[in-house]
Formats: sequence, structure tokens, C-alpha cells
Amino acid sequence: MIKVENLSKKYGDFTALRDVSFELGEGEVVGLLGPNGAGKTTLLRILVSYLKPSDGKVEIGGMNTQKPILEQKIKSMIGYLPEQAPLYEDMLVREYLEFIGNMQGIGEDAIDSRVDEVIKKCGLKDKENAELTTLSKGYRQRVGIAQALIHNPKIVILDEPTTGLDPNQRIEIRDLIKEIGKDRTVILSSHILSEVQSTCSRVIIINHGKIVADGTPETLEQTGRGNSFIKIEVREIADGLVEKLRGIEGVVEAKASGHDIDIEVRKENDIRSQVAEAVVGSGAGLLLLERKQTSLEDIFIELTNKENE
Amino acid sequence: MNRVITLAKKELNSYFNVPLGYVVAGVFLIASGYLFTQSFFLYSQATMRPFFSMMPLVLLFILPAVTMSSWAEEKKSGTAEVLLTLPVENIQAVLGKFLSAFAFLVILLVFTFPIPLMIINLGVPDRGMMLAGYIGTLFLGAAYIAIGLWISSITKNQIIAFLAALIVILAFYLAGSSLILDTMPSQVAAIGKDLSLATHFDSMLRGVLALKDIVYYVSMVLLFLFLNARAVGERNWK
Repeated sequence: MIKVENLSKKYGDFTALRDVSFELGEGEVVGLLGPNGAGKTTLLRILVSYLKPSDGKVEIGGMNTQKPILEQKIKSMIGYLPEQAPLYEDMLVREYLEFIGNMQGIGEDAIDSRVDEVIKKCGLKDKENAELTTLSKGYRQRVGIAQALIHNPKIVILDEPTTGLDPNQRIEIRDLIKEIGKDRTVILSSHILSEVQSTCSRVIIINHGKIVADGTPETLEQTGRGNSFIKIEVREIADGLVEKLRGIEGVVEAKASGHDIDIEVRKENDIRSQVAEAVVGSGAGLLLLERKQTSLEDIFIELTNKENE
Repeated sequence: MNRVITLAKKELNSYFNVPLGYVVAGVFLIASGYLFTQSFFLYSQATMRPFFSMMPLVLLFILPAVTMSSWAEEKKSGTAEVLLTLPVENIQAVLGKFLSAFAFLVILLVFTFPIPLMIINLGVPDRGMMLAGYIGTLFLGAAYIAIGLWISSITKNQIIAFLAALIVILAFYLAGSSLILDTMPSQVAAIGKDLSLATHFDSMLRGVLALKDIVYYVSMVLLFLFLNARAVGERNWK
């Protein structure tokens, strides 16, 4: 559905994207992840033909976005919510959606039912006749998503759809995105991991304009190169326990603080049972033992920090 | 073309959704009405000539206020990104905005119709001259609007858009005034005169709709709409 080849974008001396390539199939829900300023918005703006790439090629539904003759056709395949959900503040919700629908080529005969449909889908029924300038951030995002869906596009691109929302609104928007993703290709950008983890079937992490990871949330977790951690809590730290733990094969470091001991373990090693034996054997009284999974969060931090160094 | 009309309608509505549209219309009607009645009752002539000869000056303040927000505000609030990712070409978006501002000007001029109606009732004016005056004002206004829109597309700040449009239009207007031309060598003066918005308007006011004046205004409008579409296409308004 979307094919990006060796895409680069320069603003003067600053390189916002370098040599980005990926391919998205129909119906994929993809999270574009990266710290602020990584190039997410630039990439999305190129996909929607708002910006032109400096180098490389983008194909939407097999059509090259660089060909001026195809531009309008490509644009009408995509629904787009820009960052911050900009809206024409002086309009009413319904009026705005009708305007966007007409601009998308929906005729007068069909516009009412289309507007009703997206209003229902995005939970805007109560606000249908409200002025856009009076809406809260959560409703603004919904109007932005509704306008992206008005022409029933095959591809929906959402730039930071949940930024600035409270936790409840975030869950609502997340559910809405899941719903949207059932029958179309969705790309959403975010710098919040849990968001992407819960909505996306695939994650692309970019940093400094380059793709640093690409895969399902699960495979990304497995490819994390960091060490894993075991946390134990004991009734009382017995003499020599920490040293004993350090002696177990695979342990990189063990640190005690109060009743807790944090053990850093080289990946691949599952030494929980050895640790438990050691603790019980020393008579310390084991209260808790848990392995902290390397989360997507750790991988994200690791990948994006490494680039900074 | 449908999209151009849809956009133009929405833009025209938005002039009346915010107080600015009413303020601009009010200022226009008060200023033009006041300035007209002053000279009208002084000279007691059944003519609209004094009314139209003030138009370049009145519109110099009015039309930049109409066009100042058209692109600057879209860029500032980010809606330009919504508009330009819809299936419209840059030139279509520019045309839509031009048509809406032009329609606003037409509405303003319709509200001045009591003036010719009054004159027709009071005396025997030259109706052809009146019509020529309105047509000339539309051509002049179209050029002002095209310049104003272009300036609005190269800044994010409405106030700058207003002032810069005022200065550029004034420069084009004064290019034909004898005050400036008399200080120039004759070849330069001739070019200045041909390029001036004033020269061509004055000849229309005399009731002559000459092809060269129409060609002049149409090319001015096309030139600035083209520059506008190019500025919008470059998107370098970070």
C-alpha cells in the first residue's frame, strides 16, 4: 500500500530524514516512534504530499507521489490528521466536516449521511453544532480524526493523535484507532510507547532521521540488546549473600539496598531458580523474586540514546 | 472547479463569521459615503466621479485588511496543512481565496448603490460613466486583492501582511504620479507610468474601457496569483 525507498529530506544544512526505506501492506497498523525532533512529522508530511522529498521515492497504492498528474488521486486515498489537529476555528463541527467532505469530492447527495457516520463513529454527536474554537483538546482530536475519515480513505495517517490528552481521552482515542485499523492501513506517530504497543501491529522507531528498528512489538522486545534484571526482596540480607549472588554464572552485578537486591543478568540467562536457591540457602527469607522484562521502553531508550552519543 | 467554489464559499462565510468582516465593511461604507457627500454637496454636480476617484485610496486600506489573514492565518494556525493535503492543487486553493475576496469586494460595492440611485433621482448623470467607474473599481480592486494575497502567503504575521500589502500597492500606485515621474529620466518615467495602477484607473474613470487597461489589470492579477501559488507550493514557511 505504501512503499518508501531511500527517502531523504534536507532543510538547508539540516538533514531531517536520511535514507529511510520501508513498505507497508494493506490493513497494517503501524506506529512511528521516536523522540521529539526525530523526523516523524517530516516523514508523514512527505507521505501526504505536503512536503517534497529531497531524494528517494514514495509510492502510494503503486503510484509515485512525485508525478504531479497523480497527486490529486493519491491525496484523495489518504486521510490525514496533522500534529495538534489544526481546525478552522470559526466554523461549527458539522459545517467543518461538510466542508472537508465537499473538498474531498463528496457530492451534496451523499454528504449528510457521510457526516452523520463519522460524527457517530468519533463520538461527536453532542458537539455537532458546537463552534470548533470552544472544543476541548480531546474533542478537537476527534474532529481531526473525523475529517480524516470523511471520504472513507484506504490510508489514514495520524500525527500524534493522543498528545496532550488525559488518560481517559487517550483510551478512547486508542479504541477509536483500533476500530479504524480494522479495515484500512493506519500510520500513527507517537513518542509514547505504551500507546503504540497497545494499538499497533508493527513499530518503526526512528531517530535522527534514520530507521533504527522495525518489527512487531514482540520481535522488537526480543531483539533488545540490553541485559535483563532480577529483583528480589528478602526479610534480612544475610552475610555473604550479595557475594554469593555475584558468583552465579551470568550475573553481571548485584546491588543491595535496604531489603532489596537488584541483580543484572546477561540476556539469554534465566537464573531465577539458582538465585532462589542461593537466597533460601543463606537463610535470608525470600519475600519476592521477579524478572523485569526488557520492555519496548528500554529498547526505545537504548536505541535512541545510543544515536545521541 | 467545484473545489474552487467550495473553498471560495467557505472563505466568504468566514469573513462574516468573525467581527473583522463587519468592521471592514462598516469602515468602507462610512469612509466612502462621508468622503463622497462632502464633495457632492459642495460642487452640486450629478456625477460619481469624486466617489470613484477616492476609491484607490479607500481600497488601499480596506482590501489589505480583507486579504491579510487569508494565508498568514492558515500558516500560523496550521490549517494550511489541512487545506493543502486535500485533493486541491495550489493554484485552485489560490483561486478560491481570490474569488472569495473578490466576492467580498462586490458585496461592498453593492452596498454603495444608494449613491448612484440618489444621483439618478436628483439629476441627469452620465450612466455609462457610472458603470465604467464600477467596472474600473472592480479591476483595480482585483489587482489590490491579488497583491494582498501574495503578500499574505509569504508571511505568518497578519499585521506585517497588512502593512506590506499597503506599501507594495502604494508603490505601484505612486509609480504613475507626476510627483515621482517628473524627477526621473523620460524613459524610466514612461515605464513607471505604464506600470502604475493609477494611470490605468484614471483612464477607466473617464469612461473609456480600453483593451490595454483591461489587459494591464488582468496581467497584474495573473502575475500575483501565480507568485502566490508558487509561494504556497514551496511551503518554506517554517
